[in-house]
Amino acid sequence: MTKQIIVPFGPQHPVLPEPIHLDLVLEDERVVDAIPSIGYIHRGFEKLVEKREYPEYVYIAERTCGICSFIHGATYCQGIEQIMNLEVPERAQYLRVIWSEYSRMHSHLLWMGLFADSFGFENLFMNAFRIRERILDVMEQTTGGRVIQGSCKIGGVRRDISNEKLDEMHRDLDSIEREIRDLTTVFLQDDSIKHRLRNVGRLSKEDAYHLGASGPTARGSGVAIDLRKTGYGAYGNLNFQLVTDSCGDCYGRCAVRAKELFTSIDLIRQAIQKIPDGPVDIKVTGVPNGEFFARAEQPRGELVHYIKGNGTKFLVRSRIRTPTLTNIPPLVRMLQGCELADVPVIVLSIDPCISCTER
Amino acid sequence: MAYFEMTKTAIKTLLSTPATILYPAQPAKKTALSRGHVTIDESRCISCGTCQRKCPSQAIVVSREAKTWQIDRLRCVVCNSCVDTCPVKCLFMDTQYSSPVIARSVELIAITYVKPVKPEKKDEASA
Repeated sequence: MTKQIIVPFGPQHPVLPEPIHLDLVLEDERVVDAIPSIGYIHRGFEKLVEKREYPEYVYIAERTCGICSFIHGATYCQGIEQIMNLEVPERAQYLRVIWSEYSRMHSHLLWMGLFADSFGFENLFMNAFRIRERILDVMEQTTGGRVIQGSCKIGGVRRDISNEKLDEMHRDLDSIEREIRDLTTVFLQDDSIKHRLRNVGRLSKEDAYHLGASGPTARGSGVAIDLRKTGYGAYGNLNFQLVTDSCGDCYGRCAVRAKELFTSIDLIRQAIQKIPDGPVDIKVTGVPNGEFFARAEQPRGELVHYIKGNGTKFLVRSRIRTPTLTNIPPLVRMLQGCELADVPVIVLSIDPCISCTER
Repeated sequence: MAYFEMTKTAIKTLLSTPATILYPAQPAKKTALSRGHVTIDESRCISCGTCQRKCPSQAIVVSREAKTWQIDRLRCVVCNSCVDTCPVKCLFMDTQYSSPVIARSVELIAITYVKPVKPEKKDEASA
């Protein structure tokens, strides 16, 4: 039997945007097992819920993640609204969909850039970030923040987008779509990229399902799960095709994200066409008393906010389950049997967001 | 074989202007809604302390006795909560970011608001 050695990977590693530590058990150059550990950036967000009033906690919930911040805020608001039986105006629900989908696009573009960087394609990384900047510009013009939008509140949204601005956004989407098409063509057609990603980090459909993969990690293995299909918010009024890929390797996960960019563009177009006029928020009175599991689809998968109130201004418990946490067991399975040189690419292929995971 | 998929983008990039700007020679992009830093009109503040209570990062301290409004710029997360909830609308969001500092300090602003004196009705009645 070959001698086994342990190589530490992370928490500081050039390819990792955030700190996760993996102990890689190697036999020669082959990884036989990976032992993950987290706990480098715990910030105690969930405890803070006892110290801040429930309307102010939206700002904190939003700051859980620096990429999918809007969806965190919106999910928390959904939970409180369910507990308090609030009817959110339809225009606010459509605006939430528009901002959520812009968030998804900027998250996927950021991931594609980082992924290109992980397999050594620096130009593509720059290119993805250039397109992402255009989406961030739209975010800043409509909400005032580039990555922390702060536009969601309990009972609606804090800002309205004028119909003229919505038309302008609709027009801009055409040129953004063209640029994204050029970018994704490189990812999906270029032979050197295919060669690097095909058959790397394979995850079977059964493993993906049983190990609890979510989001593009699950869909890249052919498991058709997308919470948007449950029709929360205004998603029930919009039509879209669920993107899956049967490859189950890094290329499959990349293809799912590339195609989801177009789904997001399509969803924004539909939302802009269907958005009704009317108020964007309602007056909220009273305090939440009860508990609720609010779920939403994040760029990385299924997000769960558990909220419990006891009839005071301060909530008793908040628990955030993020998609990266459920994607770590599938990651360990992907790593088993791979080459050491493929580890950075495989780790990035689940789009790890450790700051979310540890809160 | 698809080896030169990037060529189209490369040529386009070569013929277009750079995507980046020469900051600080050129000013950074700002929009009308951009959240930079909070400013106060001290002549209108009634020292009610709503901004202090509604601040999620506890960056604002309002003293009714000393008539001061104090903000810790490094604690402030620029969420716009105080601006939204101020009852007399004396807080504003400036689009420029607060300037960099080398030591932690708080910004102390003296409130100059003077409560208008109500005319005494009793005297008028007696007169």
